[in-house]
Amino acid sequence: MTVQTANEFKLPDAGEGLTEADIVAWRVAVGDAVAVNDVIVEIETAKSIVELPSPYAGEVLALLVAEGDTVQVGTPIIRIGDAGATAPAAPAAPIEPVEPVDDADAPRTGPEIIDTNIPPTGQATLVGYGPKQRTLRRRTRKGEVRSAPLAPPVQPAARQPFPDPRVGRALAKPLVRRLARDLGIDLASVIPTGPDGTVSRDDVLAAASPIIERTAPVAAPRAGELETREPIRGVRKQMAAAMVASMSTAPHVSEWLTVDATATVELVARFKERREFAGIKVSPLLVVARACVLAMRRTPLVNSTWDEAAQEVVVKHYVNLGIAAATPRGLIVPNIKGAHDLSLVELAQALETLADTARVGRTQPADLSGGSFTITNIGVLGVDGGAPIINPGESAILCLGAIKSQPWVVGDQVVPRQVMTLSLSFDHRHIDGATGSQFLTDVAGIVSDPGSALLF
Amino acid sequence: MTDPVFGPAPDLDADPELVQLLTPEGERVHHPGFDLEFSAEQVRGFYRDMTLVRRLDIEATALQRHGELGLWVQSLGQEAAQIGAGRALLPQDYVFPTYREHGVAWCRDIDPVQLLSMYRGVDHGGWDPAEHNFNLYTVVIGAQTLHATGYAMGVQRDGAVGTGDPTRDTAVVAHFGDGASSQGDVSEAFVFAASYNAPVVFFCQNNQWAISEPIERQSRIPLYRRSQGFGFPGVRVDGNDVLATYSVMQAALRHAREGQGPILVEAFTYRMGAHTTTDDPTRYRHAEEVEQWRLKDPITRVEAHLRREGLADEAFFEEVAAEADELGERMRRECKALPDPQPRGIFDLVHAEQTEELVAQQASYDAHVASFEEVH
Repeated sequence: MTVQTANEFKLPDAGEGLTEADIVAWRVAVGDAVAVNDVIVEIETAKSIVELPSPYAGEVLALLVAEGDTVQVGTPIIRIGDAGATAPAAPAAPIEPVEPVDDADAPRTGPEIIDTNIPPTGQATLVGYGPKQRTLRRRTRKGEVRSAPLAPPVQPAARQPFPDPRVGRALAKPLVRRLARDLGIDLASVIPTGPDGTVSRDDVLAAASPIIERTAPVAAPRAGELETREPIRGVRKQMAAAMVASMSTAPHVSEWLTVDATATVELVARFKERREFAGIKVSPLLVVARACVLAMRRTPLVNSTWDEAAQEVVVKHYVNLGIAAATPRGLIVPNIKGAHDLSLVELAQALETLADTARVGRTQPADLSGGSFTITNIGVLGVDGGAPIINPGESAILCLGAIKSQPWVVGDQVVPRQVMTLSLSFDHRHIDGATGSQFLTDVAGIVSDPGSALLF
Repeated sequence: MTDPVFGPAPDLDADPELVQLLTPEGERVHHPGFDLEFSAEQVRGFYRDMTLVRRLDIEATALQRHGELGLWVQSLGQEAAQIGAGRALLPQDYVFPTYREHGVAWCRDIDPVQLLSMYRGVDHGGWDPAEHNFNLYTVVIGAQTLHATGYAMGVQRDGAVGTGDPTRDTAVVAHFGDGASSQGDVSEAFVFAASYNAPVVFFCQNNQWAISEPIERQSRIPLYRRSQGFGFPGVRVDGNDVLATYSVMQAALRHAREGQGPILVEAFTYRMGAHTTTDDPTRYRHAEEVEQWRLKDPITRVEAHLRREGLADEAFFEEVAAEADELGERMRRECKALPDPQPRGIFDLVHAEQTEELVAQQASYDAHVASFEEVH
């Protein structure tokens, strides 16, 4: 009786001085027979995507790492049975592909519709980045390679060239760039959450999710299929968990108020003429944002956190003002830190920077966390109002409807006015109807009569 | 475009003459200046050389991916240029290679396993240059063109040029690439070689890519015309045509040995693989371009020629294939058996004669090394 011997192939340094690589795709499965130099796996290093040929011939007994894993050089990645051995016995240990580790599974706090998923480390290299501590050791030699059937020569894989030089502008690994290209995603529009502002694989997938539903081959129903099953993971999984958590823990009350915003529209027009606002975007959103910060002085509970663990309500003396931004990737909510300390001009600048940054996909993870109150401007989508869901960790969210010219009663006359609806959702555990209504009417009061801001 | 005062500007796109004796389809064509008669045995020899060198290169690339080499520099696609240039040498000729000259090393009887040792990091070059008249691989881009020119000037001073003695007259080959042509070293080498009429053949394998920089960014004129400005002749040969490369190099080497001075030979070829195993060419060049060059493969055309003209039978091709398999297997086996370097090699191999200070340092270093335990 012979025991099958197995060889483990350790992840080599496929570049010069690389310490790790990502497993892109396995080309073999457990049970496959491989010859020496058959391509077994595609990996991505900090420098390139490369195919690894098998140093052994035999049957694949186990894939020891999963696609998507980041693996240190020297880690065994595959176990291959010895081709020279006699009939392989069934492997004693169960051979299971390792499930990809999804960071998004971890429970997190903070605004959950935001992807702040940061890979733990970037791909490191040794060359040129100073010494690395190592113990003095000699390389241990593997045994002689047994005679193995020779494989056909490795053919360099023909890959698609970059059709679009603009893709190069965003920072992303080659694999991510290719993924984006395959999915038809403009990398420049993807919010990067990787180290040093790089676009990660998850970022691209998140950006693609609405598109995938319509066009991408991975989700395209095959002929005859009546439905498509998509895995719930990544940003979608996070968002779902956050929304369910928010709705199931914070009893939402939603109120709305339709208001004559003509004075705000006129004020915006006058501000645009002012030298202080030269080159800065001024919009009704700016006035509403300012109104919210001011109105919170009367109703500070609106800007608070329910701390379940401590059984405390944390009232914040600062405002990190979240602004929901529509990007090709979906809705994200970066926030303006210390909005309460900003002058109107500074607030206008901050809003513009925030919007521009979000539009080109450069929003940093820090901008997405730590918000204390959120404004969502669905008016730009042509919607009048709605009942928004509070970002976890916050207590209220204000929704701006579209400003439309509508009939309005002024005195005894029906006249056309610029009208908008403000909708507010708040956490009824600690914000009662009176407080919430006070905040909403205060904000609406400033919108209809900006001069009332002097009262706060 | 022609300037009214200065006249026409040189043009990279002007269709330069390309010496070719074997078309990509394997059809034998003739050239008035460089034609030679090749025996069937010679052509079969070229096929065998190129096939084995390609296997050597593919096997070494795989060894790097197995984690057995730190780096490998692929010669895939450049076999004809290297074998043509290597086989045209006489024993006394001396070669200064880049780090990609595996085919020329093959012709100089360097064991392929010796090529691996530097890329495995166990030595700085595994052969004695004087034994093979083949210098160690030079990694500094273009530096070897100066070494070659200096060596050629030494050959002149030894009186080993233009004597008419075919076993004495010596030519020197300086290998470099299109990227190196932009290095100052190469221009300096051209100047000195021209000024002293040194017996050096500058053999430029223009493989179209200097890592990620295309040839269009290296030169406004075809590279072989560079030599005109330095005062010596240049010629462009189809670097994927082993017969033409051999023929042109034979003439160029003879020219140098006869004391007629330097020559620039531009072998127009293509790097089918990556710059090195650390490079990913899909990031900067189009797959269509690679496919176009694949049709001009240097080995395929020789095989087509051999088969069409009935110069080789099936048994020959099977024999070469088996030999290639054997070579691959031997490289895998012997690569792993290459001995690790000894720390004191730095003392043994740098200076021919030790100074007192170095002897003391060596003793101290030996004691230091002995103080470590091996960890497995």
